[in-house]
Amino acid sequence: MATRIQFENNCEVGVFSKLTNAYCLVAIGGSESFYSVFEGELADVIPVVKTSIAGTRIIGRLCAGNKNGLLLPHTTTDQELQHLRNSLPDQVVVQRIEERLSALGNCIACNDHVALTHPDLDKETEEMIADVLGVEVFRQTIAGNILVGSYCAFSNRGGLVHPHTSIEDLDELSTLLQVPLVAGTVNRGSEVIAAGMTVNDWAAFCGSDTTATEMSVIESVFKLREAQPSSIVDEMRKSLIDSYV
Amino acid sequence: MAEDRGMFTVQQTVGSVLCCKCGVPMAPNAANMCVKCLRSEVDITEGLQKHVIILHCPECNCYLQPPKTWIKAELESKELLTFCVKRLKNMNRVRLVHAEFVWTEPHSKRIKVRLRVQKEVLNGAILEQAYVVEYVQQEHMCESCSRIQANPDQWVASVQLRQHVPHRRTFFYLEQLILKHDAAAHAIKIKQMDQGIDFFFANRSHGVKFVEFIGKVAPVRSRHDKQLVSHDPKSNNYNYKYTFSVEISPICREDLICLPPKVAVSLGNFGPLVICTKISNSIALLDPFTLRQCFLDADQYWRTSFKSLLTSRQLVEYIVLDVEMVSAEVNISGTKYALADAQVARVSDFGNNDRIFSIRTHLGHILSPGDYALGYDLFSANTNDMELDKHRGLILPDAILVRKSFEEKRQRKRGKARPWKLKTLNMEVDENRNRADEEKQNNEYEQFLRDLEENPDLRFNISLYRNKDYQPSEMASVTDGELPSIPLDELLADLDLSDEEMEPVA
Repeated sequence: MATRIQFENNCEVGVFSKLTNAYCLVAIGGSESFYSVFEGELADVIPVVKTSIAGTRIIGRLCAGNKNGLLLPHTTTDQELQHLRNSLPDQVVVQRIEERLSALGNCIACNDHVALTHPDLDKETEEMIADVLGVEVFRQTIAGNILVGSYCAFSNRGGLVHPHTSIEDLDELSTLLQVPLVAGTVNRGSEVIAAGMTVNDWAAFCGSDTTATEMSVIESVFKLREAQPSSIVDEMRKSLIDSYV
Repeated sequence: MAEDRGMFTVQQTVGSVLCCKCGVPMAPNAANMCVKCLRSEVDITEGLQKHVIILHCPECNCYLQPPKTWIKAELESKELLTFCVKRLKNMNRVRLVHAEFVWTEPHSKRIKVRLRVQKEVLNGAILEQAYVVEYVQQEHMCESCSRIQANPDQWVASVQLRQHVPHRRTFFYLEQLILKHDAAAHAIKIKQMDQGIDFFFANRSHGVKFVEFIGKVAPVRSRHDKQLVSHDPKSNNYNYKYTFSVEISPICREDLICLPPKVAVSLGNFGPLVICTKISNSIALLDPFTLRQCFLDADQYWRTSFKSLLTSRQLVEYIVLDVEMVSAEVNISGTKYALADAQVARVSDFGNNDRIFSIRTHLGHILSPGDYALGYDLFSANTNDMELDKHRGLILPDAILVRKSFEEKRQRKRGKARPWKLKTLNMEVDENRNRADEEKQNNEYEQFLRDLEENPDLRFNISLYRNKDYQPSEMASVTDGELPSIPLDELLADLDLSDEEMEPVA
């Protein structure tokens, strides 16, 4: 399900939150309602963690992660790192990396298998991404923009990219990612996709300006309508029950 | 560029996105909204004027460009379109790309203009929109038309300009000043009177303004009166007729004056026999025996209001027999003078007697033996001036020369046209004046024109125009000699724009 929310009257919710298949990070804010929406949607499936990164609330733009790991910029304090290590599930590797381009969320876009990165990232960073997140790394641009993390959002089921992306680029990107992609907008025509929304395999949160048209595009490309966290859990439970029996 | 260098480039096909409002597939743009949705979202013509009132003069088909300019324009003309677009406020907020008239009935007093404007909206998308502006034409007669239409008998203010002297020289000069400064532009009637001119105005303030102008160019004193014409006690309205009486001092240029003892003492024992050299809003006086100069402003003059002892009509022609310089040439406020002792004889005495006068003159630098000069003949003058008697022990000289005379040379030129001309005020003349008056006035006018030729100071303030009818003859240019004339480059070309004055060419 896609949900419309606001962070303190601001529609750029992707800036203030990070959603993956294994955990959700939410900025420490003045209002509790932002947090409680995430809590209500996700709490019984994955942990929702309130945190700051480098003392700021723009956590979605500063970190990158998937179900395997979480990459934090070198500006992250030890306390924050410790807090995240304590709060996240044990199988998630939390790693602080020394990268000059410290807004990792803007430079890296990833799902559980593939990552697109800023063309200027260090070689070491690229290796670290591959190791920690367990993904294949491609240096890419999206519609001429090098900040791939800002202008696209994708999960394991689909992706939304900058509206100016040409058809050839779309084809190339979806070949790389092995998921269907579509060019579109969020927040009533905003082209910074990842800033306006945050998404995983079964849930999406968009800014409250997002129109019904945009919502329907998002729900169909990320295949959110049939997706339920329970379907995954059911699968797991079936196998568990099998083993019990 | 990349193709030029033979590099391989991937072809970029513009994809389509869904309009974020209505979901219609469209090419992506800056707002990511289809044109229809964008238009419903923002109205770029908001804040632009859709109804404008313009003032139109029905007489001359002019439109008022505030604050004061009237522009002549036909319906559906380029000028009118420019005018209409210029009248719109806030047009700097948008970019105007097209403007055209929508046809309207000429009698409807409506002008419609369709405008296309562009403006940047919502992060860089440029929207173009057309709208129609309706101009309502309000009839309002322009100033010049209303002046023509005004009834000259319905004046509100009249200025009676008077100078109590037997000639009209001052008024000829004032007429030129008024023309040059366009001071009487608001006058609805100008009437020539005995010893003066009457100006009639439709508005009191115009009259006041004119009186102020005269006060700046001549030493005047004025008083004003008003007469109640009608009175509406219910709305407390009073209608008056205002009359300004303006008197110009009777002292004229080249007059000989005997200053009253009080004035002479207050000016530092100046004079008392002095010549007036210049009249503006003050009177310039020159003592021909000491070359001292003094200025009297209008206030100072009217406190004593003396008259002249002899006026320029009483000038007598002398012939200069001998000149002996006393001082070097000196420059007094722009004019050169030199003291000299001269021996002169009256031209009228020639052949009758051998009377020769030894006098002192201030014209030593231009006089040489054999020249003619004009001067006041105090030897034979019969003055009954009160002021003269008040000065004890004042010895009158036999003659005081005032200026060099060009009468001899002038004789040859008589009757020939001048290469320049003056404009004249449209003045009404009293019908019941006789031919002698007319002749006298013509003579005075001729004298005034000569003064202009001889005196560059005098024509400094007035506009001379080129006389198109004048054909310069070769004879004249040879015989002119040293006769003072006006250099051609001082003349202005007369601008003829009116159709009536234009003569048909073919």
